[in-house]
Amino acid sequence: MMERLTGAERQIALMICVVMAIVGLVMAAAGHSDPLGIHGAIVLVAAAIMTCFVLRAIGEPEPAEDRTNSYYDDPTKAGLVIALFWAVVGMGMGVWVAAQLAWPDLRFDAAWSSFGRIRPVHTSGVIFGFGGNALIATSYHVMQRTSRARLAGHVSPWFVLLGFNLFCIIAASGYLIGVTQSKEYAEPEWYADIWLVIVWVVYFVLYIRTLARRNEPHIYVANWYYLAFILVVAILHIVNNLAVPASLTGAKSYSAFAGVQDAMTQWWYGHNAVAFFLTAGFLGMLYYFLPKRAERPIYSYRLSILSFWGIVFFYIWAGSHHLHYTALPQWVQTLGMTFSVMLLVPSWASAGNALMTLNGAWHKVRDDATLRFMMVAAVFYGLSTFEGSFMAVRAVNSLSHYTDWTVGHVHAGAMGWVALITFGSIYSVVPLLWKRETMYSWKLVEWHFWLALSGTVIYVFAMWNSGIIQGLMWRTYTESGTLAYSFTDTLVAMHPYYVARACGGALFLTGAILAAYNVYMTIRHAPEKHPERDYPTSSEAAEPAVPAAE
Amino acid sequence: MLRKILSPFARLFEFHARTHYRTERHSMALTLGIIVAAGVGGFVEIAPLFTIDETVEAAPDMRLYTPLEQAGRDIYIREGCYACHSQMIRTLQDEVDRYGPYSLAVESQYDHPMLWGSKRTGPDLARLGNKYSDDWHVRHLVDPRAVVPESVMPQYAFLLDTTLETESLPDRLAALRAVGVPYSDEQIANADADARGQARPDTDAADGVSERYGDATSVRHFDGQRDRVTEMDALVAYLQILGGLTDAAFANQPLGED
Ligand code: HEM
Ligand code: HEM
Repeated sequence: MMERLTGAERQIALMICVVMAIVGLVMAAAGHSDPLGIHGAIVLVAAAIMTCFVLRAIGEPEPAEDRTNSYYDDPTKAGLVIALFWAVVGMGMGVWVAAQLAWPDLRFDAAWSSFGRIRPVHTSGVIFGFGGNALIATSYHVMQRTSRARLAGHVSPWFVLLGFNLFCIIAASGYLIGVTQSKEYAEPEWYADIWLVIVWVVYFVLYIRTLARRNEPHIYVANWYYLAFILVVAILHIVNNLAVPASLTGAKSYSAFAGVQDAMTQWWYGHNAVAFFLTAGFLGMLYYFLPKRAERPIYSYRLSILSFWGIVFFYIWAGSHHLHYTALPQWVQTLGMTFSVMLLVPSWASAGNALMTLNGAWHKVRDDATLRFMMVAAVFYGLSTFEGSFMAVRAVNSLSHYTDWTVGHVHAGAMGWVALITFGSIYSVVPLLWKRETMYSWKLVEWHFWLALSGTVIYVFAMWNSGIIQGLMWRTYTESGTLAYSFTDTLVAMHPYYVARACGGALFLTGAILAAYNVYMTIRHAPEKHPERDYPTSSEAAEPAVPAAE
Repeated sequence: MLRKILSPFARLFEFHARTHYRTERHSMALTLGIIVAAGVGGFVEIAPLFTIDETVEAAPDMRLYTPLEQAGRDIYIREGCYACHSQMIRTLQDEVDRYGPYSLAVESQYDHPMLWGSKRTGPDLARLGNKYSDDWHVRHLVDPRAVVPESVMPQYAFLLDTTLETESLPDRLAALRAVGVPYSDEQIANADADARGQARPDTDAADGVSERYGDATSVRHFDGQRDRVTEMDALVAYLQILGGLTDAAFANQPLGED
């Protein structure tokens, strides 16, 4: 990890570690009677481990080769392995959370294991741990290949990756000990939020500096999406997390916003976390890895422009569809609904662009499970955006809101789209990065594909059923004009679907475990093969970044 | 086929595409473009909510959370109750029939953050206050399935044994004042004593609570234990005030939509 850093870079790394250790120490000391102290200790331990790493390398020989002649893939590799680790943890928590809804006593007799505390461990674990690491790692890969230039920096990529993971660890451990702001997908407290801002600024600078080095006049479309992901997530994160801490020696803070303004800010954030974290970033992945794997150019350049700007512009307006029929003024609800419906156009343009790219390569989709992962991901993307636009219509939302229908929609997007495109990208990039012929076992990839697909389908169908049944039961009246069902009646009706969902989730989790095993075995045991071309160059002929456009 | 359908559409974008082809060489132009395009919607939808007066109704009788209730609210957040319970009754007839008058914006005017929720694994709690007895709440939180056999709610028995931490309450109320909740200096200075007083009606500290928060404030042993103030006291005190900060929602008795 350290051998490709120069002496000066190792010293910078050491300084960062020491500063982190001091920060950790101060947090631990100042917050000793508060959960903040526990987080200080975590920061301190993390910094200490990193310091050991750096210290061991400080006297070692420096890299002799000219580093600009190759890509810098070490942080990418680490990021992918960490993403798989979080996948197993986060989805494992998902299965546990699902099981608790079917069998509520399936927990320990301790406060940390209750549904309310472990549910955000699941959501943050999969979105930030699994999704975030996969995004950071693939963005490093894609920005280098499409720019035909090496990363602009050797310390900053590690700082971003490891700093982001420190954020994830503080987040997940915080929920278990009761540290949360309660804002969905923005639960971590003020000090973690400030830390993420620092990490994110470094990430943005790294991205822009690498693009500035590029040996290719155009910025490839995948980079637009990654860039939008980095920029807009920064804006959303800063605004939604504005808060005043109760004390600088404690974890608790209070949001700057209250009531209806807070609700609108939260769902402006929440929906665009979906848009710019779970969609834009992963579309970046799709636009690079799918054409690459299919060896086909992107179907239409124009369509990619249309959909990119459509997504960036329309999504921001849509957040208020989370607040239909609430105390939010109706004009905002109407705006949200209108833009959500229009959003279908750029969304389907992206999905269509991806699927049309596969024209002429359908035999590959049939034979190659990796490409099939990406193809099915594009289909689920189309499906969940259609469903989303439909649910954003007020009349539909009156039924779906507050029910499992939302959860079904979430997981059609999260499992079917986000997770599948990520697994497809991982399978296509791992052999290249570790200089292997292929994945260790293509049979396991095939198994994973079917486990993931069946798991998703079972999950989503179970939630559609339970959600629609519950929504209808809530609004059913008897002949005499009274409500027909009590709340507990609906609980009884949902139990079988909760069991089914837990089973579907278990299938999906099994697939993720197979993926982790397969990647491990590929690194360890697959036969070596050095790629013929995979180095920075100013010659497009020597190294086409992506299949050439028509 | 799809290409044919899309072709007239695409020609419209020909010009755009050509300009784009040039600007996309500049990463900073792209950056600015993204910030502007993504900035508009948020600004148009959020900024007016702070300036348009009708957004939040007037409610002169609106009262603040007492320190004990605020402590309970913080526990509600800490335990993640919001993950399963909404506090937002929509303007739909069946919701009004099931839970009571629909929620008004003013009712969460002092809620930093709001806890409207997005999923009803359990029922809505916006009008929970005074629906059940303290004793019911304590038994329900200690063992939900002893009270509602079908419930999937976790048990929170440990709250009954955990002494409430009150020393940080002045700081917490001060932070709330910094973000706009009108606590007085006196309320902030006495937050610690008031929190304990509200759950100990037999002590002197109890008088200060009615003095500073009004005579209508409930002062009692919420958790049924006379000798100590626990997290259960705080949580139950909070649950019993839900929907009770103002009568505004009952005053303009609303008609729900079908
Ligand atoms: C093994 C597979 C999975 C299982 C068993 C699972 C299970 C669950 C469960 C039980 C919930 C709580 C629903 C509720 O409160 O009623 C949930 C929520 C959620 N999960 Fe998953 N999940 C899985 C995979 C994923 C993945 C891969 C992602 C994202 C990439 C994801 C993102 C989410 C989100 C965003 C929520 C919150 C939904 C909302 O607030 O409406 N899940 N999941
Ligand atoms: C055109 C695109 C989309 C639209 C218009 C849309 C619309 C919606 C609507 C109307 C809801 C329900 C809000 C409610 O009643 O509470 C929702 C929830 C959600 N959607 Fe989408 N959706 C879209 C795409 C996606 C995609 C691709 C994902 C990917 C993962 C996704 C993830 C979520 C999540 C996580 C929630 C739950 C939020 C929560 O309550 O915690 N959506 N979406």
